[in-house]
Amino acid sequence: MSSLPQSTQTAQKQTEMAEIRNYTMNFGPQHPAAHGVLRLILEMDGETIVRADPHIGLLHRATEKLAESKPYNQTVGYLDRLDYMSMMCNEHAYVRAIEQLLGIELPPRAQWIRTMFDELTRFSNHLLWIASCGLDLGAMSMFIYAFREREMIMDMYEAVSGARMHANYYRPGGVYRDLPESMPKYKETPWTKGKDLKRRNEWREGSLLDFIEAFAKDVPSKIDIYETLLTDNRIWKQRTVNIGIVSPERAVQMGFSGVMLRGSGIEWDLRKKQPYAMYDQVDFDIPVGVNGDCYDRYLLRVEEMRQSARIVLQCVDWLRKNPGHVMLKNFKIAPPTREEMKDDMEALIHHFKLFTEGYCVPAGETYAAVEAPKGEFGCYLVSDGANKPFRLHFRAPGFAHLAGMNEMTQGHMLADAVAIISTLDLVFGEVDR
Amino acid sequence: MPETWWDQMLYMITLLLKIAAVVVPLILAVAYYTYMERKVIGFMQVRRGPTRIGPLGLLQPFADTFKLLLKEIVLPANADKFLFLLAPVLALAPAFAAWVVIPFNDTMVIADIDAGLLYILAMSSVGVYGLIIAGWASNSKYAFLGALRSSAQMVSYEIAMGFALIGVLILSGTLNLREIVLAQQGGLLDWFWLPLLPLFVVFVISGLAETNRAPFDVAEGESEIVAGFHVEYSGAAFAVFFLAEYANMILISALTAILFAGGWLSPFEGLWFIGDTFLGQGSIFWFLAKTLFFMYLFLWWRATFPRYRYDQIMRLGWKVFVPITMVWVMVAAVFSVLGIVVRGS
Repeated sequence: MSSLPQSTQTAQKQTEMAEIRNYTMNFGPQHPAAHGVLRLILEMDGETIVRADPHIGLLHRATEKLAESKPYNQTVGYLDRLDYMSMMCNEHAYVRAIEQLLGIELPPRAQWIRTMFDELTRFSNHLLWIASCGLDLGAMSMFIYAFREREMIMDMYEAVSGARMHANYYRPGGVYRDLPESMPKYKETPWTKGKDLKRRNEWREGSLLDFIEAFAKDVPSKIDIYETLLTDNRIWKQRTVNIGIVSPERAVQMGFSGVMLRGSGIEWDLRKKQPYAMYDQVDFDIPVGVNGDCYDRYLLRVEEMRQSARIVLQCVDWLRKNPGHVMLKNFKIAPPTREEMKDDMEALIHHFKLFTEGYCVPAGETYAAVEAPKGEFGCYLVSDGANKPFRLHFRAPGFAHLAGMNEMTQGHMLADAVAIISTLDLVFGEVDR
Repeated sequence: MPETWWDQMLYMITLLLKIAAVVVPLILAVAYYTYMERKVIGFMQVRRGPTRIGPLGLLQPFADTFKLLLKEIVLPANADKFLFLLAPVLALAPAFAAWVVIPFNDTMVIADIDAGLLYILAMSSVGVYGLIIAGWASNSKYAFLGALRSSAQMVSYEIAMGFALIGVLILSGTLNLREIVLAQQGGLLDWFWLPLLPLFVVFVISGLAETNRAPFDVAEGESEIVAGFHVEYSGAAFAVFFLAEYANMILISALTAILFAGGWLSPFEGLWFIGDTFLGQGSIFWFLAKTLFFMYLFLWWRATFPRYRYDQIMRLGWKVFVPITMVWVMVAAVFSVLGIVVRGS
């Protein structure tokens, strides 16, 4: 009996209560532009973003904790999986931290190889970035073009380490092995034969260095192709110019690094300011932005690709002229070669000890950082003198960048949020660690 | 005219056969348009496109169709079931119905009606209801945003498109599509694209926006709102949306060919060495060739351009296209009055 008036009453109450509210939208983690597993809670006023609240942790794999339970040399493989788009740069930060604590000096050839592969990694990261950014903004051809070039870098990774992505190539004390004298070639298949096969194998006739040189010489022309499609494209500019501006002051305050910082006009690059490896001996320029918007960050990354090609060519030149060891000849830290191990009892013991309990690092703490493609990738290491780290912490650039998300997207439209996420160049492997 | 039941029956049967003669090739055309899209964009992106099913991948469209038809149609729990299933039909029906007035050549047209152009405009306006209802009935925020975007976009571009058509009307003096084509007789330079060049450009771009294709595909906005209005659709219901989208693209291409590029007329009409051959005569071949050319443009642009942002599309539509078309309608009127462009010359 009372149900009818009551429901009318509720309806009336609802009409009184009704007011225009912003609505929230769940952007990700299952979203094409979420770059992995970003979950963004967007408070929207129509299509305009009022508040963006990034939720992280969906790719947390406890790398830091895992490292505490393993000998130092067994953690390197986990580093590849942090920022899985710039594998070797992560390894570099970690092995540098150990080397600093051990106080060892590397053979120069190892340093040059590291410099070269750091730059190739930067190149491959930026290629993937331009691919996914293009895809996010609808320029889908960019995706295929950039992947075509990236495949070459994957081949270089494979030639030198045996793995296409998770290289595990840098080791405390040098690099795993010297550059190979030959490149793997494509084999004849019913689809690739004759002239086609020859074209694909053209660069692969000589050593890895020949291949890298051919690639680095050719690739600026490929970058020109990307720029023809994007740089002066009106739509591309409309989508990126004045989108997601970060002022230089805020960029510093929020702990931005890499392109996110340089895009705002702050001249800061660890390769120049605190040179490591052989960066003080190569000649290259650091591009710096003006407006701190998405377009500047795009231009910067494109220019960095060109500079990387330049550095790689210089490294190739040096590595050609200077053969030598690529690993420290100190068997307490670096393993002996297989041949030595088979002949020499002591080498066998060293090998056994290194691969079972590793080595002890003197007590102390250190911070080693590299200019990873995404920004400053740092490794803070505390050792209590055991064969495992007491505490290991990684400073991931993407983590700080993601924290600026709310500030950068406010007042922009939904489609701009995609552009901003894109130019932050997030990889959740490193943000969540 | 003696009207027996048999005559009426015969009339109905011939009409149905005519409809089948248009719809069946149209569905096939849609199927192979998807194949063409994948091959053309594949070529532009240095890859091969489909190669596995059938020779050169030619059976790929059928494989896709069967896959979609065999899949479950998921009805979201909170969706309005009736509207949810009605929407694809509403999107598809006008896309097919519009073909009734398209003249393939001088005689091949199902309904040679005098208000053909108005009928086309009406049909393309009805089509937007399918999208709006789909987005609304899905009861999902992404679909809702997609529906809002597509309705706003289609309504605003219809205005620019309508103005572009007025230019054609002024020069041809008729709403009958067949007569519009006949008014363009005389070879490549007598077609309306030349005197109405700005309107032609606006019409093609508006057509792109009307069909929600890249770079105007914000209603789908893959990387922003996932799939926009049809995010909740699967299986056959999704296939119907797909069919409608591609049928609309072919329709817009055919319309562009008819309104601005002389329909079935030959570009070499009256040329001394080629004018008397097959190429110099107007035929369905020329109509299909022109339609294919505009269909190809759709694919080319999709491979080239980044996507516009929603508000930029609106700005382009209202602040650029509408003023341009308004001005050029005046210019076309002046052309017509001064006799610079003469009908059917």
